[in-house]
Amino acid sequence: MPKNFYEKVAIVGVGYTPPRPLTPDVSYKEMIYEAAVKSYADANLASHKDINGFITCAEDLIEGTSIFDEYTPDQLGAVQKPMHTITGDTLHGLATAVMNIQTGLMDIVVVEAHSKASNIKTLSHIINYATDPILNRPLNVHPTYIAGLEMQNFLNRTKTTLEQCASVVVKNKKNSLRNDIGCFGATLTTKEVLESPPTFSPLTQLQMANHVDGAVVFVLASQKTAKKLSKKPIWIKGCGWISDSPTLETRNWASCDYAKLSAKMAYKQANIKNPKTQIDFFEVDDTFSYKELEHLEAIGVYKDGTAGRACMNGELDPDGKTPVNVSGGSLGVGSLLEASGSLRTLEIVKQLRGEAGPRQLKKANTALALSWRGIPTTSGATLIFSRK
Amino acid sequence: MSTKPKVAIVGAGMTKFMRRAQETAKELTFEAVRAALDSANMTLDDIDCVIHGTAPDAFDGIHMKGEYLLDGSGGWKKPYMRGYVGGGTGVFAPIQGWYHLASGQFETALVVCEEKMSSCQPHPQGAFLTIFDNMTERPLKPNLLWIFALEMNRYMQTYGLNLKDIAQVSVKNKNNALQHPAAQLGKEITLEEVLNSEVLAWPVHREMVSPTSDGACAVILATEKRAKKVTNKPVWIKGVGWNLDSSYWTNRELAYPQYVENAARMAYKMAGIREPKKEIHIAEPYDPFAYKELHHLEGLLLADKGQAPQITADGVTARTGNMPSCPSGGLLGVGNPIAAAGLMKVCELFWQLRGEAGQRQVPGHPRTGVAQAWGDLMQVGTVIVVGN
Amino acid sequence: MELKGTTISKQDIESGKVLFTRGDPNAHYTWDTGIGIGRYLEGLRKGKIFGTHCKKCNRTVIPPRVFCELCFSPNIEWRQLKETGVINTFSICYVNWDAQRVQTPHLPAVIEIDGATKGHGILHLLDEVDPKLIKIGMKVKAVWKRPEERTGAITDIQYFKPY
Repeated sequence: MPKNFYEKVAIVGVGYTPPRPLTPDVSYKEMIYEAAVKSYADANLASHKDINGFITCAEDLIEGTSIFDEYTPDQLGAVQKPMHTITGDTLHGLATAVMNIQTGLMDIVVVEAHSKASNIKTLSHIINYATDPILNRPLNVHPTYIAGLEMQNFLNRTKTTLEQCASVVVKNKKNSLRNDIGCFGATLTTKEVLESPPTFSPLTQLQMANHVDGAVVFVLASQKTAKKLSKKPIWIKGCGWISDSPTLETRNWASCDYAKLSAKMAYKQANIKNPKTQIDFFEVDDTFSYKELEHLEAIGVYKDGTAGRACMNGELDPDGKTPVNVSGGSLGVGSLLEASGSLRTLEIVKQLRGEAGPRQLKKANTALALSWRGIPTTSGATLIFSRK
Repeated sequence: MSTKPKVAIVGAGMTKFMRRAQETAKELTFEAVRAALDSANMTLDDIDCVIHGTAPDAFDGIHMKGEYLLDGSGGWKKPYMRGYVGGGTGVFAPIQGWYHLASGQFETALVVCEEKMSSCQPHPQGAFLTIFDNMTERPLKPNLLWIFALEMNRYMQTYGLNLKDIAQVSVKNKNNALQHPAAQLGKEITLEEVLNSEVLAWPVHREMVSPTSDGACAVILATEKRAKKVTNKPVWIKGVGWNLDSSYWTNRELAYPQYVENAARMAYKMAGIREPKKEIHIAEPYDPFAYKELHHLEGLLLADKGQAPQITADGVTARTGNMPSCPSGGLLGVGNPIAAAGLMKVCELFWQLRGEAGQRQVPGHPRTGVAQAWGDLMQVGTVIVVGN
Repeated sequence: MELKGTTISKQDIESGKVLFTRGDPNAHYTWDTGIGIGRYLEGLRKGKIFGTHCKKCNRTVIPPRVFCELCFSPNIEWRQLKETGVINTFSICYVNWDAQRVQTPHLPAVIEIDGATKGHGILHLLDEVDPKLIKIGMKVKAVWKRPEERTGAITDIQYFKPY
């Protein structure tokens, strides 16, 4: 790969609808329109016509529409514009926008991601539909068992304790109390978390993120244009995205390679040698409690088997050495399914701009977002953001 | 932006296109990738990133189909991305490959497209039920043929065309396909046989429709530096364009694909093409239905509005004509495994421009070609210009 | 060029020569209609066809929407349109969604609704007409379900017929 070639691209606008468990008042188009209008205003765009390219992150079966790409342009003002869908997490979409701009073909690109999870009546069946149709699906088991398998492996391998996993939930739900868009803020104890109903053992109910509806729209711009549009452009310094094996039978359960390798790719671009000291805070996927710890270890912030202890010690708290999911994460704010990466990025933009209100971190210059595409995938992406 | 790397196609491969393949979707994908790598004398270790194209998940009956197929695609432990623009995907995937490389982040890319439509029972058409608007159209129980018939009728009425004007495309393409080793439906067929075939949805006749197919197709892309090490016959990607129109298709003029023209203008501008009729030597417009080739020749500015039937009748688009169109045999003749069929068109240009198209070789050493695909609700145009 | 791929026949599957697994998707959704389409469907239940008018673009569209997708403004007005229209294009369809042949052809059409800006129509069905006599440009009129049968759906209009 080319060495040290990485032209800077910035996020210059964000707009969102606050995530909620139900949104019966608006259609998905109306929800996205609201986020888009706010985002374009935030980016100081004179007109939606100034935007050169558009990307929506979506999957057909989550939308309940085959070829959902059909229904993406109108609510973004993208009619008769270059627009395409990325079937990935928001971070995959942002990485794509970065490439589009780096080619020199486009100056301003918009990325949209949303969830209408409340409209899906049979989500577990649909997720089961992502497992191997010949080997796995006929077993007819709720697909979240895969998280149970992975968690069991993680606990055995790293000697992380159940209490340490529960402490992630306690922390993130507490953080969410100070986030005005958090849906699931709460003051809990690790005991309460562990004594909540067992689901996919060793998981319990409170260790699993709840789904919410919402839309987030980002405006990205080239270096030159970003400086013109925004007083506080948030620079994307590195993008990595990696997929491991989709096959349950042959994947390496003992290594979270999508996180490890995507972070490696992003670190190289952002010239990061020591993430723990060079990055001020982290917003990483916490769809399940153990995922936050597994991800922190995979991206080299903690050695295997030490992230859980750090969480118990308060190191991952907003005032700790390594703040993680100050937003409240998916456990505290809610999971926008594949748009969850957009909430990770949204928090980073707010913090780096100094607009995070009561949760504003004192030191917020560089941050990392990590997403995971969820069960049953082994795909994820890492992005690194900076104020400079 | 003259410092951006030039991108070439350096290898191509495909499977047969079949009504029903014994191979699974992953196996088909693998075979196409294997053939493309072999053609460039490369291995997966030489590949920096992988782009996957495949149409609705509903065909294969797999949610997050891109994830499921990623090991067959060679995406394992690599940056792997699936873009999606419905039927336009097959030509969009190499455009994605182009921007991965032109961004400066990667030096080689593997682009693979796959479709296994035969998995869908009782008929793949069923998967198209859910492409219509969930609130205002789906209750009418529409099927895919409707939109083609409605658009074809509007096109014919607007320009005063008759069924013979349309049927001649089927004759040309199905006869062309006789020389394609992957072809599913190559046959000697006469105008009368097309016109006398069953009326499926007036004015669409059976022999004006491409078949449903299983198949896969792959190309290898490389930056200038790497391309020169791999081959002395690189085929350069000179221009790319894509464009998405409004989802409110009943509010649009269906007689002319404005979005295809927009995409073509974007690609021509980048390629420095001012007079496409003179400068394009060979074309592979998207022909899932016979009238679509005509519609698209006009959108690509290779024929005046309403005049594509005339240049077809004049033999301009015959394999031996001045500007051969669909010398491969197109979707009508070779088959239509949606995304793979679009990429097949790019493969055809690769082979034609290198003089490697065997019995299909067009005379006169073509130097510049255009491939185009189309999709969603008569809404998206994807265009790629290649040259040597 | 030697290409890979093994063609099999329907008989190979039916006779068990080639094995397969079966799966029927259990995918169900309840889509929020929101403000624009919600009001449109409510209008249909009352036997009225609503569109929206963008003042900036001077364009009246159907189905209605709470923002104009072209100028991107929310400055729209609701307008009741007529229950008559003109055929923009049509088909005589002999095939069902699963490719089975049907005895009586379906007659889908794009119908430009009177009161909307020219070229703005909806997808619906035609009936009470000899298929051979349907023409682009033909005037048609909505045939409604009885009020008590309407549910607030596009199918509250049974079909359009010439008038």
